[in-house]
Amino acid sequence: MTKKVLIADDEPNIVTALEFLLQKSGYEVMVAHNGDEALQRVESFGPDLVLLDVMMPRISGYEVCRRMRERSDWRHIKIIMLSAKGREAEVSKGVSLGADLYVTKPFSNNELVGKIGELLAGA
Amino acid sequence: MKARRKFILWVAIVYAVLLAVPAALGVLLVVGLPLVEQEAFLAILSERAPALAFAALILLFVGAGAVKWLFDEYVTAVHALAEQTGVVLGANAELRVTTQGGREVAEAAAAINRLADAHRALRQDFELRAREAGARLKEERNRLAALMSELSEGVLVCNAEGRILLYNERAKALFAAGEAGATVALVGLGRSVFTLIDREQIAHALEKLQRLRQPGAAPPTTRFVTATAAGRLLKVRAAPFGDSAGAVAGIVLALEDVTGQLDQEAARRGLLQALAAGVRAPTANIRAAAENLAAYPDMDAGRREQFVQIVAAESKSLSQQLVAALRQYADALKAQLALENMQALDLLGVVRQRIGSSLGMASELDAVDEELWLRVDSFAFVQALAFLAARLRDRYAVQSLRFSARAAGGHAELDMGWDGSAVASDALSLWEDEPMQIGAEQTPLTLRDVLERHGGEVWYQAAEPGGRGTAHFRFLLPAGEAATAAARAAVPPIESRPEYYDFDLFRDSGATQALQERRLSELAYTAFDTETTGLEPSAGDEIISIGAVRIVNGRLLKNEVFEQLVDPRRALNRESAAIHGIGAEALEGQPVIERVLPAFHRFCEDSVLLAHNAAFDMRFLQLKETSSGVSFTQPVLDTLLLSAAVHPSHADHRLESIAERLGVRVIGRHTALGDALLTGEIFLKLLPLLAMRGVATLGEALEASRETYYARLQY
Repeated sequence: MTKKVLIADDEPNIVTALEFLLQKSGYEVMVAHNGDEALQRVESFGPDLVLLDVMMPRISGYEVCRRMRERSDWRHIKIIMLSAKGREAEVSKGVSLGADLYVTKPFSNNELVGKIGELLAGA
Repeated sequence: MKARRKFILWVAIVYAVLLAVPAALGVLLVVGLPLVEQEAFLAILSERAPALAFAALILLFVGAGAVKWLFDEYVTAVHALAEQTGVVLGANAELRVTTQGGREVAEAAAAINRLADAHRALRQDFELRAREAGARLKEERNRLAALMSELSEGVLVCNAEGRILLYNERAKALFAAGEAGATVALVGLGRSVFTLIDREQIAHALEKLQRLRQPGAAPPTTRFVTATAAGRLLKVRAAPFGDSAGAVAGIVLALEDVTGQLDQEAARRGLLQALAAGVRAPTANIRAAAENLAAYPDMDAGRREQFVQIVAAESKSLSQQLVAALRQYADALKAQLALENMQALDLLGVVRQRIGSSLGMASELDAVDEELWLRVDSFAFVQALAFLAARLRDRYAVQSLRFSARAAGGHAELDMGWDGSAVASDALSLWEDEPMQIGAEQTPLTLRDVLERHGGEVWYQAAEPGGRGTAHFRFLLPAGEAATAAARAAVPPIESRPEYYDFDLFRDSGATQALQERRLSELAYTAFDTETTGLEPSAGDEIISIGAVRIVNGRLLKNEVFEQLVDPRRALNRESAAIHGIGAEALEGQPVIERVLPAFHRFCEDSVLLAHNAAFDMRFLQLKETSSGVSFTQPVLDTLLLSAAVHPSHADHRLESIAERLGVRVIGRHTALGDALLTGEIFLKLLPLLAMRGVATLGEALEASRETYYARLQY
């Protein structure tokens, strides 16, 4: 069965690139452009993994992550946080809030796809 | 009163003797006679009783007169002589005793004066030797104090009890109030360092130093950062010093203001973080798009175009981010340029050396005014000149430069000229906005940045037609002040410095003795005086000025004074204004007493108060206790009472009379500070006289004051 990935980021350029990359890698991809939309899409789309940008308007990536982890029926969904901030404190915060992985921008496409593959294989 | 009683007693005794002698004679005569003759004798006596009574009265006057004469000539005269001799011995060696007493007393007075002369000569000789011996020590101490005051670091030296025994001006400035006038602790000799720096911090430092100490090794130091009351951050380096027995005798604290440094550090860190965050997102976008383009070369044309556009747009955003960050960095650098006074000749020397060594260009000096001083950041300005020289060399093949400089109004004109080719008229304006690069060395600053920071200008002047003069860049820069001369003038002469230290505080044993039992000579005092609108505090008169000076270890510390005018919020009365000479306009805008008293209270901390006619001044302070929130609970000594205790036979204990009696020069009377200084000096002169009367401790001085007549005066 094709795995489903949700991309939540407010920057269209990275969304375009990631959407193309993940489709080419064989995933079913859905996009959200802010935190609210991300939570709605998790509900409706039922992704296996969410790529979550930290700095989003309205509800931040941290908050989306926290709310997702409050729902027991969403606990199985993998979360990778993407951030242009890379201080250790921020990484710790993301992981503490329940992210499976914290990736600092810029990143390598191959590595990201590799990590997504690893996380979903372990699921 | 005492003398009067003594006089009456003596008159009574003499009179009794005068009466007793004839009476006894009469009794002796009568006792052996037959009864008839005795009766006849008594009859004669009673018959002549009025005459006898009259004779007895005459005898009373004769006796009283004789006693009075004897008293004046001898008793009172000798008493006065003793008092004067005490003054000669204790306070005023120049005074010579005089007497209105008898010849013998006059002889004694003359002998005392000869003794005083001999005593003075001996003392002068002794003092001369002591001075000579002390001079070298003093010179060394002065050298130390001078050295300390030149240090850019603040220095505090305290004894083991935390009392300050040496400080420099810089330390005083570091702990001074900020612009907001925050309440601050004071730096002063004998004051506690714990009011400046948290006791725990110093205790912790000492403990750490004790642990680090190893026999035979150099003494350890430790560092910590502390905040002052005014909000400055100080880096403190602490080092202990030991006494001969190896115990810690005290601690040296070197203080450095790091407030600005930490701000700069934070700004730099912030800039770097902002840059990192700003660069990451566009870089991520470019990388993701570019890697897609590389990994999937067979993607359709529309998709390819989309990714190429992303790369283009994000690259542009990235370069804008970089430019903005560098701009910010350049601004930060510009703000850090430190202008200093420098001689034009010296600056050009550095410039020539620089363009010679890093650009290989020759240069010479034309006319340079030797008296010309510039106000420049020499590092940035040398960079700017070297940058222009490099441009001239690279673009116009200029090989040698000539410099000249002269004063021009409030500015300095500095020319950098060259022979030969003229430069394009817009060359300079282009170069002005380029980040400066000299060989491999690069800075984000531009020539314009450097000039703006200096408030200077630069322009190009072509050689005059006919070959006269050379093409040159002319700089207009702010003229500076002759730095060394100004710095020398600002430093007080060496003689005024010694009050920054008092090594006698090493021997201080204060903490172990109750205040009352401590010797007067080793206590810290605040001699103070107030000027007021009038003489009746309870009728609404107010303080208009407070002046005070500290006395530590028997020394009047003229560097540690308090002087403040006070807005009385009421009209001045004319009579008192005639005394203190302070007009209403001088008091306008001055702080009110409720603000001044807390500051004065801090100044008096840990000291005994000292005033002339203290009851008057204390009454004013007491009436303000509620409204100002401070009360002065420390012991108070009064020079009026102490003078009366020392010289009970003098009736006049006004400040100027005592000063004259004790040989204290009177200057600046009827200003609060002037009177406070005078009070302090008089007190120091009274100390040996008090000691001669057995008054050595604070408790004894307070007791002696209580006993004097004036103590009963109440305001």
